[in-house]
Amino acid sequence: MDVILFLAFAAFAVVCGINVVLQSHPISSALSLIGVMGSLAVLYLLLGAEFIAAAQLIVYAGAIMVLFLFVIMLLNAGSEAKRGRSLLVQFMGVPVMVSLLGLLSYFVLRLFPAAPPVRFGNFRGGSPRSFGEVLFTQYLLPFEVTSVLILIAIIGAVVLARKEID
Amino acid sequence: MEFFIISLIKAGIVAFVLLTTLAYLQWVERKVIAHIQLRMGPSRVGPHGLLQPLADVIKLITKEDLLPPHVNKFFYLLAPFLAVTMALLSISVIPFGPEIEVFGYNTWMQLTDLNIGVLFILAISSMGVYGVALAGWASNNKYALLGAMRSAAQMISYELPMALAIAAPLLLVNTLSLREIVEAQSGYAFGFLPHWTIFQAPFPQFFSFIIFLIAGFAETNRIPFDLPEAENELVAGFHTEYSSMKFASFFMAEYANMITVASITVILFLGGWHPLAPGLAGDLIPPAIFALGGLVCLYHGLHPARGKDRYTLPVFGLIFLGVAAVLLIPALKAIVLPLFWFAAKTGALLFTFIWVRGTLPRFRYDQLMGFAWKFLFPVAILNLLVTGFMVALV
Repeated sequence: MDVILFLAFAAFAVVCGINVVLQSHPISSALSLIGVMGSLAVLYLLLGAEFIAAAQLIVYAGAIMVLFLFVIMLLNAGSEAKRGRSLLVQFMGVPVMVSLLGLLSYFVLRLFPAAPPVRFGNFRGGSPRSFGEVLFTQYLLPFEVTSVLILIAIIGAVVLARKEID
Repeated sequence: MEFFIISLIKAGIVAFVLLTTLAYLQWVERKVIAHIQLRMGPSRVGPHGLLQPLADVIKLITKEDLLPPHVNKFFYLLAPFLAVTMALLSISVIPFGPEIEVFGYNTWMQLTDLNIGVLFILAISSMGVYGVALAGWASNNKYALLGAMRSAAQMISYELPMALAIAAPLLLVNTLSLREIVEAQSGYAFGFLPHWTIFQAPFPQFFSFIIFLIAGFAETNRIPFDLPEAENELVAGFHTEYSSMKFASFFMAEYANMITVASITVILFLGGWHPLAPGLAGDLIPPAIFALGGLVCLYHGLHPARGKDRYTLPVFGLIFLGVAAVLLIPALKAIVLPLFWFAAKTGALLFTFIWVRGTLPRFRYDQLMGFAWKFLFPVAILNLLVTGFMVALV
């Protein structure tokens, strides 16, 4: 059951990911990206990380992508015009991509030869309680530093936007 | 196997009850608004217009299903589907009652309990924006697009105070599972004050309750926050170009969202299925209410204001008395009473939704945004901080 669900949602994620690139209209691409994020959330759930799955849906699919969509609608962006591709891209694109993927998988296999295979349901500690405990004890400093970083980014955005208005 | 069959039966019952409630909620809304405005409301189809929802459903199904030529077909068809799916999905984690025994099986009056139930609801409600936004954009219509933009901006803005208002009572109950949240609210302080989070020490969650309700109005696009479909500026907002069942699914989504928000409010703040009063009083209040309603109906049936009332009101009176009698049966008590309390609280909140619609005018758009960011959000943060401080002290 786990394997079937994993295969189904992994395949869906990959198809949506390819679709993001293939679609010519920004809205279609954005929606495919939501599909990718949704299936990633399901994969997290299968691995036993409930909190991460929910956060993935709330933050990425629910908030960030809505803003994406909002901006695309606000600018009323139309379909991208397809430009003629250069000969290099036409003939070398696919082989180069395949060889890159091959190289990547080769190095991963070389560097982590004895990595234990992932088993569904082995991981306990994805519940909000254990997640919060780890976040506020072991990883307190990175967590707080990240929040300060985000605060700086927000203040920066406000300052930049204000300059534009003046 | 047994688990699957029980789950299927439960899902069937919940879906049937939910869809019927959706249809009749609209009847209730039209009746209440009509009486607020000194009108009769629907009264032609069936006694007191009770068959009006059925007539509406038949009308909506048989109407011509237009597909405007200028729309983006795929997204135009996807949008109502998304809206209604996301709206109906969240009902699956809502607990309606405690564990019961039916024909020897022990089962919870809830479809499924997630240990991240609250987050699940938040995630699903934030996905609900896509239905509205896509509908407005795919319609390829100025008014629809404006409505969709307003809706997206409004829902993102009001999600923040809503999430913060949810976080405060969670500090008191220490769990994210909706079932455990309700169980944490059982019992009474001083022997009479229910242990609901809205009354709970150390910091009663009254402010969170108000903030959550206001944000809930905005999330469901109800008056006074119904700018996405403001008739006098935007024709019908995001669903201008929709007709027939596609229009009806947006309608269903709106009402399903209302029911979800009301049930979540009941679960988080008003103690779910726990009765208002302890012991025997809690058992006797529900039949007393129904008996009183039945007697009032019988009295008005004997002194009819209109000719029809002579026949219809006594029937309703007898039905109410029958329900009161059912509520008194000891064998059914464990099942019926929790359901009554849950339904009564949810119904009271739904009535508030309708009441507010009949009373308040619509906000101006800048006021709506200013209210969310400059008032509701800071107040929600303050409330969360005070709650956290009090919980830490005690």
